[in-house]
Amino acid sequence: MHKAAIQIKGLSKKYNISHQRNYLALRDSLEGLLKNPFAFLKRKNKGLLEKEVFWALKDICLEIKKGEVVGIIGRNGAGKTTFLKIISRITCPTQGEVILRGRVGSLLEVGTGFHPELTGRENIYFNGSILGMRKKEIDKKFDQIVEFSGVEKFLDTPVKRFSSGMQVRLAFSVAAHLDPEILLVDEVLAVGDAQFQKKCLGKMKDVSQGGRTVLFVSHNMTAVRNLCKRTVLLESGRVAMDGPTELVTAAYLDQNLSLKGFVDEKEISGKLEGVVRRRSPTILLKKVTLLNSQGALCNAFRSDEPVVVSVLYECLEDIADLRVVVQVVDEDNNPVIISQNSDREEESELYLRKRGLYESFCLIPANLFGQKRFYISVHLLNLKIEHLILNKILSFDVNFQGFNLQHGEWAESILRPMLDWKTILREARG
Amino acid sequence: MSENNLVISPRRGWVNIGIKELWRYREVIYFFVWRDIKVRYKQTLIGVLWALFQPLVAMLIFTVFFGRFARIPSADMPYPVFVYTGLVLWNYFSFVLTHASESMVSNSGIIQKIYFPRLAIPLSSCFIGMVDFAISFILLFGMMIYYRFLPSIEIIIYLPLLIGITMLASAGLGCFFAALNVKYRDVRYAVPFLIQMSLFLTPVIYPLSMLSEKYRWVLLLNPMSGVIETSRVLISGKGPIDWPALSISILVSILLFAWGVAYFRKTEDYFADII
Repeated sequence: MHKAAIQIKGLSKKYNISHQRNYLALRDSLEGLLKNPFAFLKRKNKGLLEKEVFWALKDICLEIKKGEVVGIIGRNGAGKTTFLKIISRITCPTQGEVILRGRVGSLLEVGTGFHPELTGRENIYFNGSILGMRKKEIDKKFDQIVEFSGVEKFLDTPVKRFSSGMQVRLAFSVAAHLDPEILLVDEVLAVGDAQFQKKCLGKMKDVSQGGRTVLFVSHNMTAVRNLCKRTVLLESGRVAMDGPTELVTAAYLDQNLSLKGFVDEKEISGKLEGVVRRRSPTILLKKVTLLNSQGALCNAFRSDEPVVVSVLYECLEDIADLRVVVQVVDEDNNPVIISQNSDREEESELYLRKRGLYESFCLIPANLFGQKRFYISVHLLNLKIEHLILNKILSFDVNFQGFNLQHGEWAESILRPMLDWKTILREARG
Repeated sequence: MSENNLVISPRRGWVNIGIKELWRYREVIYFFVWRDIKVRYKQTLIGVLWALFQPLVAMLIFTVFFGRFARIPSADMPYPVFVYTGLVLWNYFSFVLTHASESMVSNSGIIQKIYFPRLAIPLSSCFIGMVDFAISFILLFGMMIYYRFLPSIEIIIYLPLLIGITMLASAGLGCFFAALNVKYRDVRYAVPFLIQMSLFLTPVIYPLSMLSEKYRWVLLLNPMSGVIETSRVLISGKGPIDWPALSISILVSILLFAWGVAYFRKTEDYFADII
C-alpha cells in the first residue's frame, strides 16, 4: 500500500550544445544538402565529432514518499530546473524513468500564460485551465483565488494595465489553488514584495501540511529550511547528498565557499561566474583573502576588529579604468555592504593600471557586524570590456563582543554598529 | 496501484496520437480557442469587419481581373458567387494553416513552463478559424439572395463534410509546419508564400473543367480541389457531385492529417528544449 509518490530510476538528460547560432534556418539545412548531398553519410562515419554533449542530469535515483516535502538545492546549472521540467513532463528524459502516483501540478515560474489583452477574470480561467483545472473547478474556487490575490477591484481590467506585482500575485493565487496531490515548485518566491512572499510561504506550508507531496526547488535556504524536512543536493546533474534539511543545507553552504579564509587561482577558475569577455582576457583574478587587523589569515572575526578583504589580480595589459567591487552578503544573497575601490578619491588616480600584479585591500571597520555568518562576493571590472564575478566565494563568522562588558546581548541582527547616542534631560520632575 | 499512475520515460518506436489524453484535456483546447477569439474580437466591430472585408475585396479584384478581363468561365454561376464560394473555403483553409504553423512559436512561453498535450495548440486553430468562416459565410447567403440563387437542399448534409475535409487537411499541414517552425525559424516566412502559390493550384478563381482531362488528376491531389468544386455544385444546385474527386479529397485529407499529427508527435519531445 505504501508506494512512493514519486519514484525515479536512473534518470538522465542529455543536451547537444551547438556552437553556431541561436536558431537553425531551414535554408541553411537545404543549402548544405544542395552543396554536399552525401554529407550525412560521411558524418555517420566520422561519428558525432561536431556535437558537444552535455549531461544536465545523470543517473538520478530517488524515492519520495506520499506527503513528503522535499527541497531540491544546488548551484546554478546543477540540473534543478531540468529535473523539475522532466517530472512535470515539459521535456522528455534521455534515459531512465519517473513514476508518478497522483495528480501533478507544477508551479514553474508563475504568470506564464497570462495574456496581456485579457482581463484578470479571463486570465484566471485561461491560466487555470492550462495548469490542469477543470472549468467547474475554477468556477468553484474563483472567489478564493480572487480573495487571495487581492486584486478584486481590477478583475475586469486587461492584465496589461496591472503592475507586475499584481500580475505575480494573481498568477500565484491561481496556481496555489490547483490542489494537486504532487506539487512541483520552482523558485516562485523570488518574486513579489516581502509581504506577499510571506503569504506565499504560508500558503505553501498549508499545502505541505495537507498531506501532499511537494518538491520545492529554491536558492532560498531559509525557505527550504522552513518548509522541508528532507533536502536533496544536486551537483552537476547528480545527487550529491540526500538527507535531513539542516545537514544538507549546511553542507551546501559550506561547500559553496572556502572556510580557509582565502581562495587561490585554481579554485577561483572553478567558481568564476558571469564572465563577460569581449576579447581575450585582460585581467586575471588570482586570489581573494580575508585578513584580520594584524594581516593574518582569518575566517572568524571578533565584532570589535576590522575585516580586511584583499584581492590579488593581474592586469595583462594597460587598463584605463579598473574597478574592484567587494560585497558582503547574507546567506540568502542579500547584499549587506557594497563597496568599490573608486569610492574614495585617492584611489581614483589608480583607475589607470599599467601591466602588472596588484593587490587591493578593502577595510571594513570594526564594530559594524552583528553575530552572523557573512559571505564575500567580488567583482573585478575592466570597465566596458571585462567583468569577472565571484559570488559568495568566502565566508566569515562574526562573534559579537558587546560594546561594554555588562551588555553583550542584542547581537542577532545583520548589522550591529556602534552609533552615537546622546541623552538630554528635557524636564526634571520632582 | 492507483489509476492515475504516470510513467515518464523516453519514447521510442511507433508514435501514438494520444487521443485519450487529448480528450481529457479537451477543455484546454476550448480555452485556447476561447482566448484567441476573445483577443481577436476584443474590438468587436473591427474584428467582424475585417473578416468580411478580406474575402470581399479579394472577390472584387478577382471578379474584375479574372471574371471581366480574362473571362474565365464560371460554371453557370455569376463569377462573383463562383469565386466567393471558393474563397470562403480557401480562406478558412489558409487561416487555419497559417495560424497553426505560427502557434507553437507564439505560445513558446507556455510550452516551456507548463505541460499539456501540445497538439491542443495547433488543433485549436481549426476552431478559431470557424468564426471568420461563419461571418464570411453569411455574406455568401447575402450574395445568393442578391443573385436569386437557390442552393441545393443537400448543402445542409454536405457542408459539414466539406468543412471536415478542410479541417483535416489544414490541421494536418498546420501541425507539420508548426513542428517544423520550432526547429527552423524561417519556416514562418515560407508558409505564407506557399499558401499564396497554392491558391493558383486550387480551382478557386477558375473551374476544374478548364483543365484538360489529362492533367486534372494532378490538381485533384490537392484536397481543396474536390471540396471547392463540390461546394459550387451545391450552391448552384446544378449538376451531380463529382464523387470520385470528392473521395480523393477525403482520402488525401485523412492522410495529410495522420502524417502531420504523427510528425508533430514524433518531434514534440524536444520542443521545450529548443523553442
